[in-house]
Amino acid sequence: MAKEKKGVRLEHISKIYKDPKTGKDFYAVKDQNLEIEPGSFVTLLGPSGCGKTTTLRMIAGFESPDEGEIYLGGEPINALTPNKRDTAMVFQSYALLPHYNIFDNVAYGLKLRKMDSETIKKKVTDILSLVGLEGMENRMTNQLSGGQQQRVALARALVIEPGVLLFDEPLSNLDAKLRVSMRTEIRRIQQEAGITAVYVTHDQSEAMAISDKVIIMNKGIVEQVATPQEAYYYPNSKFVADFIGECNFLKAKVTGQDMVEIDGAAVKCATGNLESGAECDVVLRPEGATLSDTGVIKGIVDYSCFMGAYQDYRIKVGESFVKIQEYNPKNKKIYKVGDTVYLGFEDNTLYAL
Amino acid sequence: MAKSQSASLDRKKLMADPIMVTTIVLLVVFLTIFILYPLAILLVDSFVSDDGLTLDTFKRVMALPNFRRAITNTLKVGFLVGIASSLIGLLFAYVEVYVKLRTKFMEGLFKVVSMLPVVSPPFVLSLSMIMLFGKAGIITRFLLHIYDNSVYGFWGIAIVQTLTFFPVCYMMLKGLLKNIDPSLEEAARDMGASRFKVFMTVTLPLILPGLGNAFLVTFIESIADFANPMIIGGSYDTLATTIYLQITGAYDKQGAAAMAVVLLAITLLMFVIQKYYLEAKSTATLSGKASRERMLITDKSVTVPLTILCSGLAIFVIIMYICVPFGAMFRTWGYDFHLTFKWFGQVFTKYKGFKAFKDSFILSLISAPITALLSMIISYLVVKRKFKAKGFIEAVSMLAMAVPGTVLGIGYIRGFSGGLFGSGFLQGLYGTGAILVIVFVVRSLPTGTRSGISALRQIDKSIEESAYDMGADSFKVFMTVTLPLIKDSFLSGFVTSFVRSITAISAIILLVTPSYLLITVQINEFAEKGAYGIACAFATILIIITYTAVLLMNIFMKYFGTSRKVNIED
Ligand SMILES: Nc1ncnc2c1ncn2[C@@H]1O[C@H](COP(=O)(O)OP(=O)(O)OP(=O)(O)O)[C@@H](O)[C@H]1O
Ligand SMILES: [Mg+2]
Repeated sequence: MAKEKKGVRLEHISKIYKDPKTGKDFYAVKDQNLEIEPGSFVTLLGPSGCGKTTTLRMIAGFESPDEGEIYLGGEPINALTPNKRDTAMVFQSYALLPHYNIFDNVAYGLKLRKMDSETIKKKVTDILSLVGLEGMENRMTNQLSGGQQQRVALARALVIEPGVLLFDEPLSNLDAKLRVSMRTEIRRIQQEAGITAVYVTHDQSEAMAISDKVIIMNKGIVEQVATPQEAYYYPNSKFVADFIGECNFLKAKVTGQDMVEIDGAAVKCATGNLESGAECDVVLRPEGATLSDTGVIKGIVDYSCFMGAYQDYRIKVGESFVKIQEYNPKNKKIYKVGDTVYLGFEDNTLYAL
Repeated sequence: MAKSQSASLDRKKLMADPIMVTTIVLLVVFLTIFILYPLAILLVDSFVSDDGLTLDTFKRVMALPNFRRAITNTLKVGFLVGIASSLIGLLFAYVEVYVKLRTKFMEGLFKVVSMLPVVSPPFVLSLSMIMLFGKAGIITRFLLHIYDNSVYGFWGIAIVQTLTFFPVCYMMLKGLLKNIDPSLEEAARDMGASRFKVFMTVTLPLILPGLGNAFLVTFIESIADFANPMIIGGSYDTLATTIYLQITGAYDKQGAAAMAVVLLAITLLMFVIQKYYLEAKSTATLSGKASRERMLITDKSVTVPLTILCSGLAIFVIIMYICVPFGAMFRTWGYDFHLTFKWFGQVFTKYKGFKAFKDSFILSLISAPITALLSMIISYLVVKRKFKAKGFIEAVSMLAMAVPGTVLGIGYIRGFSGGLFGSGFLQGLYGTGAILVIVFVVRSLPTGTRSGISALRQIDKSIEESAYDMGADSFKVFMTVTLPLIKDSFLSGFVTSFVRSITAISAIILLVTPSYLLITVQINEFAEKGAYGIACAFATILIIITYTAVLLMNIFMKYFGTSRKVNIED
């Protein structure tokens, strides 16, 4: 449906802002290098203030980078104004034009492109049915629910067939249930339209659910670019590990190729490039360990609580605490506070940083 | 860290938008020529003589006893009017926000009071003051049998200006009081403080910056006021009238320029304090909406006296306005109370009233849309766009607010009578209707811009960005998104500017040539001659015009407006 899928490339992009309080300049985005494949769905993910919106607005053209060059479909676009860029943005606040009805909102971009009214009518009708709003052409924007307004915003961006679709936390004003169904919807529409999409969110489950790739940012710096699985199983920093899902860090020492020593016990663990003898942190997801009466790493149950899908534990190992979730607890032994347990790991679950 | 790349990219993006660049350039040129240049010329005039930089002109005017007197007179009036207006304004605001007096009658009174400064020509109150309390005044002569009461002078000016300006303070303070979180005061009440104590220890400190703000705004208005001191000042001259006499009576252009610089210096100083210190402070202490409804005061011992006080004042002001049309309908005010239409007749037969109304009306009608559009464009640029000259545009269009009309008038005489810098360029402008229109525009621009800015600040910036993002250029965005969204503000800017123009006098009286007859100038002339019947007849028709304009605007906004709520800027 899109004329042409376009990729986006950011080369050494930085943006400097002045802190209004101290009057000092700081990097809101620093030396960012990204390659976004045509037709893929990538998500900028990170805590509040890490520079996600700034990055997105630089791609859209609302902000100009202080260093580096942005390419869209291979063309450098730094000097282009937003209206000349082949991008379309879906805003957090939807930003519908309140004095127009739904039809005119969606048709706005097409009219600017001087299409004849027949074509416009057809395109608008088609796109409204794609987003599930057929028959609502004549409503005003304030006669729609939040979810419907969101769809109009999406339709309006899609209908001009941009090379890249940009989303800035488009679902944050919706309630939790609607958020889940809308994100599946957005993913479906993006796949159907085959359009490149850059999506900003600080909700990691949203990012995991819809993205081909996630870009995890922290304080203006890209920490990792990876598929959701890679980022979850092989985070390249404590920040990423902690930000994506829950995580325990176990202090350990590398003893050999893929072998570490935790609390005096030798355990198999992917060590990557770490040298033998190095201190490291072993990443342990709460669902990645099993509890049993025998094993290598010994601990004391500090907290135990039935959560339905899983039994939630806190185990004291040496001086530190480890969070463990045992799924499907019905068929497993339940440990009580004060019990002595041993942690066991399946192969390929541990990962050292 | 260098921000040079983004700056140069932003510049490139701006340059890619020729309409926007042209608009900015034209605006900068307009503001420079018609606001900055005339003021700069005044400085040149008063500091430069044939043999270089000198303070001679200042020494000369300072040596004039009437000028020194005028300075003290002006400041005295300004202080008194500033204080009295803010206090009365506070009283009205407090009663409206805090006291339960929800009768239709009182609501009506308050509404009328808040409308008055919008529709009233500047000297109406002076006229009625003379007719009520002067030698032939109804109250003094017929009720009190005082036959030689003089209203002219300090007290006359002070009373008239206070009554003219306090509604502005009332509207300003009302906004502030409404934003105070009632729980702050209730907490103090809970701890046992009396109502008076709560007012003194909680409410008053919270609005003190706002009160200071109101004081300074009125102070500036008072010392810049020309019409009232002219009519009711008698021999009590203020700076504005002294400057006027210096140029029209003594033909001393240099001296007038130096005097104008003095007046400008005072207003500018006050303006800077008001704008950059008090305004920020008065909103900072009171940001945010009230959390819930305020418990209104129902205690009779409070409501009754306050109600009586406010309605008394309001009724008095209203009587003063009503007095003007009546003044136009009696044969000889104070002596012969037979009804007559002879004054209205004379306006049109003997005194070219029709031409006066046509000239005033047409010139104001031309300047109104220009002002409205210009102020919306400025507001759009200031609020929504980033570019180098933005600070300049914002500052200069606000600066115009602090320039008294008389000062501007002298500046235009000095700046344009011989063309730009005496070169003859643009000389053709001088003495034409065009320069009158320009003066109207410049005089109304600040209020229009202020209302445009506050309207635009309430519109989420992403709405315009989304249009821009979908391919509209700046011009398209402004026409299809910005303007439709602030059409109320545009309309009120249009009407406000029309009303301000048709009632303007201070700058225009210095620039008007005999080929144009303006109503306000006529009123001033007849009032000075003591021909109050004619003056009142002119003024009555003027009030009818302005009132109709505001009424039409309200009706229009009610049916076509975006917010369906009328917001008139003073
Ligand atoms: N116009 C601006 N002037 C100065 N600083 C700014 C400006 N815009 C953003 N910043 C700062 O830049 C940093 C990054 O902001 P950005 O909006 O990109 O964050 P974000 O990742 O989108 O956060 P959130 O999840 O809260 O939306 C923040 O520290 C912010 O305060
Ligand atoms: Mg953001």
